[in-house]
Amino acid sequence: MKIRHKVLIVDDEPHIRRLIQTALTRADYATLEAENARQALERLRQERPEIVLLDLGLPDRDGLELVPIIKQNADTTLIIISARDATEEKVAALDLGADDYLTKPFDTAELLARVRVALRNRMTRDGGVPAIEVGDLSINLLERKITKAGKEVHLTPKEYAVLAQLAKYPGRVITHDQIMLQVWPNESERHVEYLRVLVRTLRQKLESDPQRPRFISNDVGIGYRLRLPEYE
Amino acid sequence: MTQNDRPSPEALLRAAAQEGRGRLKVFLGAAPGVGKTWEMLTEGHQRSDAGVDVVVGVVETHGRRETEALVQGHEVIPRRDIDHKGHSLGEMDIDAILARAPALVLVDELAHTNAPGSRHPKRYQDVEELLDAGIDVYSTINIQHVESLNDVVASFTRVRVRETVPDSILEQAEIEVVDIPPDELIERLKDGKVYIPHEATRALGHFFSKSNLTALRELALRRAAQAVDAQMLEHVRANALAGNFAAGERIVVAISEYPHAAGLVRAGKRMADALKAQWTVVHIETQRDQHFSEGERRQLADTLALASRLGASTASIPGSSVVDGLCSFAGDARATQIIIGKSNRSWWFEKRHGSVVDRLIRTIGDVAIHVLPSGGGDPATAQRHEPSRGHWGRPSDYIWSLLMVAGITVIGRLLIEAIALGNIALLFLIPVMFAAATFGLRAGLFAGLVASLAYNFFFLPPTGTLTVNNPENVISILVLLGVAIVTSQFAARVRAQADLAGASARQNAALASFSRQLTAAPTRDELMQAICAEVARLLDVRAVLLLPSANGPDLRAAYPPEDKLDQIEMAAAQWVIDNEQPAGRGSATLTASDWLFHPLGSSFSSGRGVLGVLGIARSDARDPLRSDQVPLLMSLLDQASIAFDRMALEEENMRARQIDERDRLRSALLSSVSHDLRTPLTTIITAAQEMKRHPSAVLADAIETEAQRLNRFVANLLDMARVEAGALPLKVEATDLFDAVAGAVHDTRASLQDHGVNIDIVPDIPLVRVDPVLLHHCLINLLDNAGRYADAGTPILIRCRRLSDALALSVIDQGPGIPPGQEKRVFETFTRLEGSDRVRHGTGLGLAIVKGFAEAMGLTVEAGNNDDPFGACFTIRIPEALIVPHLDGKEVL
Repeated sequence: MKIRHKVLIVDDEPHIRRLIQTALTRADYATLEAENARQALERLRQERPEIVLLDLGLPDRDGLELVPIIKQNADTTLIIISARDATEEKVAALDLGADDYLTKPFDTAELLARVRVALRNRMTRDGGVPAIEVGDLSINLLERKITKAGKEVHLTPKEYAVLAQLAKYPGRVITHDQIMLQVWPNESERHVEYLRVLVRTLRQKLESDPQRPRFISNDVGIGYRLRLPEYE
Repeated sequence: MTQNDRPSPEALLRAAAQEGRGRLKVFLGAAPGVGKTWEMLTEGHQRSDAGVDVVVGVVETHGRRETEALVQGHEVIPRRDIDHKGHSLGEMDIDAILARAPALVLVDELAHTNAPGSRHPKRYQDVEELLDAGIDVYSTINIQHVESLNDVVASFTRVRVRETVPDSILEQAEIEVVDIPPDELIERLKDGKVYIPHEATRALGHFFSKSNLTALRELALRRAAQAVDAQMLEHVRANALAGNFAAGERIVVAISEYPHAAGLVRAGKRMADALKAQWTVVHIETQRDQHFSEGERRQLADTLALASRLGASTASIPGSSVVDGLCSFAGDARATQIIIGKSNRSWWFEKRHGSVVDRLIRTIGDVAIHVLPSGGGDPATAQRHEPSRGHWGRPSDYIWSLLMVAGITVIGRLLIEAIALGNIALLFLIPVMFAAATFGLRAGLFAGLVASLAYNFFFLPPTGTLTVNNPENVISILVLLGVAIVTSQFAARVRAQADLAGASARQNAALASFSRQLTAAPTRDELMQAICAEVARLLDVRAVLLLPSANGPDLRAAYPPEDKLDQIEMAAAQWVIDNEQPAGRGSATLTASDWLFHPLGSSFSSGRGVLGVLGIARSDARDPLRSDQVPLLMSLLDQASIAFDRMALEEENMRARQIDERDRLRSALLSSVSHDLRTPLTTIITAAQEMKRHPSAVLADAIETEAQRLNRFVANLLDMARVEAGALPLKVEATDLFDAVAGAVHDTRASLQDHGVNIDIVPDIPLVRVDPVLLHHCLINLLDNAGRYADAGTPILIRCRRLSDALALSVIDQGPGIPPGQEKRVFETFTRLEGSDRVRHGTGLGLAIVKGFAEAMGLTVEAGNNDDPFGACFTIRIPEALIVPHLDGKEVL
């Protein structure tokens, strides 16, 4: 029998839980549900789900508080579900350790894509050879080698550092601060301007049409992600 | 239910008595000729047109055609002829009216006296009877016929009318003032349009003077106001609030620097309340004021402040004497009552100088004077001023006097051969008069004494001694001394008045400039800063202004700029807020503070507590205020309070306007919401129901499309709410327009599926400092809008160009374009262009959101048409200031 991955759905809206549950069951995931923070932590302890879908607006506790608790107490991938306008909330959750986010209202295809990305990242996380093929682009983090349509692309060290950050978790959003923390260890040099310029030059080197980037996409106000077309 | 909520039994009884009784409406005029009768007839016609049964009881047309024409339209009850001494007088036929029993009867000239032999001697008694019969009455009256005002009117018009109507009649009536400006009335009089009653013709010229008419008009308006007041009181039995003045009495309270003056002020307050009168507390500044001690000045300022708190207006008026000043002030203020304290001076002093009260009674005309006992406050207990330097003058004054006398002596010795001895005495008058006029009485007397000694010693035989042989020479000496006394008295008086006038003028000028500065301040913060700066300048102090808040006093303005105050200063300021009394250095409380704090109260209501606290201090840590500055500070505080009130009122108005605007938007929103929410919801509900029976992909698509539409609409509503709320929280960061455009195109791919999107951005476009989320929403809305209006299949162009002073980011579609003249309107909320034959989906919120967000970030938006290809072009301009300078590639990479 095939082992099904367990996904915990934390949302106080029964309709939303049911919809997500239906979509995930159809995609052959095992689902668990919790309608508040207390239940969520209980289920987390008992069932050890691989993935948690967490709505930040919970009746008994601020969802943001839960983020570090969940990440510290369980080896699980945490995906935040939150309203459209809560950009700062999303960034805070990501910086607190959440792995990705989904904006309400979302469509189920997007939900499933995020879950797939999360599971894939879990599997390649430790020790797996981080080599990525996206279309005609291949990124080999071990050899620090990037090729585009078979030809090697030369990146500056900082460009490479940015790309490496994104490629470590392909498909997942990495916040500006998370990227900059790695690229500019010296705090005084950290400026979003520099990051923007680097992303622009990276796109010019990697993208076929830099005005319509396919690989490096921008999550407005939050961060960048390396897009994996096969999941979309 | 509190005591005040319950209707009083009396009021209920009166209401019961009114039941079934006719209502009286009186058209009140200031003078003949204002058009009362005309107004009454016109309103009668209106009632008649409204279906009310109206008749004319009696109307005096005085042969005027317009009036007669108005009477024509009404049913007129014929007058009853009464034979009086051979004359036949037509009087109102009350029995005929009662028999006719109309709903409303028009009765002109309420004050009319009926001919002897009528049922009632007065017409208003006829009217009473009609009212008792349940008939409504309209009537007219001139203000001089109101009984309580008869005397007042006669006093200034010098025309006394004998026909009066008791106030009680007017008190039960609704009063409408028929008012025209005096100039117009005089004009009408000249044109012969005014009928003058016989008894008034004598004094015609005087009666119709502009000043009289103005006064009469004021009386009429105030009498009407009084009636409204009385009727309102009858209804609500509310407590009289400060400022609820009725017409009529004006009280002037004259105060001195003595402590008992506070008692006078309180007595004034009681009387003003009882008479519902306006009242003024006045201090007459005479020469004496210059010699006031600190304590006396403070006492005076305290008394004036007390008066302000109790609701009086206050004034400090310079005058040559208390009586003169008070008389002229009472005349200017048209006082009807004066309250003055009984002097505490000795019998001997009053015999010698005359009592102020006696002289006041003799001098002043038609004003009631109340003399109140001085009570406990004894001037002896007030700090008496020690004879100040001003009395004795400086030592140099005496030296100069001495030198002048010596000079004249020398000249006299030189001239002794040439002129007579008596004329030499005249020479000595010069230094005496000069000293007396310049240095004051004592120096003048000194000069006179020295001069007479010098004259005696050097000139009068036997010279070289102080003996006088000839009695004539005694006269010379006495004259010298007398001249010194008289001259110095006159000169001193003139000088003192000039000083007072000068001081008063300076103070007035200071106040005027203060008031100007405060009026000019457009915002509360600037007002507070202006108050501090002006107070600091005028009093030569440091000034701070604090506002009360939940966390203690909040320092809001300071001059020179001040960051924070010490603990003790804060405590003093808080004390001022709690107690509405001054505190700090130089006051009675918390004197350890370097600062003196005064409350800024509301000037027209005492219930609102302290609006703010003004603190002053001197940089050299002396007492912040000299005693002679206290009145100025009080006046400044008054003005500042008024300015605060004005600001509060303006803010209230502003809020009211904003609420109006919001209401307008809300109703527009409501109509939009009901349409734009219901339409997709209807589709969704119907489709979902249908799907239960026959699952179908088409229905699912419909549900999804409509749900997306709803989603977008709700998002727009939320965005608009943020714009409307103002003060969007911005998170500005360097943003790449490539990112912004790519993100927006990605997010609108569903609604733009019928259109290609061309992106035309120069590769080296600089970064810009904006809020990326807001810019994203702007672009989404612009693309959405373009997708909605562009002709199907045509591409949408996103173009970014570097201008000389800005970046222009444009979204260009190939649709019908924007009708000329609508370029600005398209950004207004709920504007949807329907110039073409197509009505598009959407709420009309999108472009308003673009504008709101863009402006919040400091960008501008404009709409226009693009020529090739033709279509609408929306451009976001990003000004130079928000463009990130080119980054050095090496440094970054």
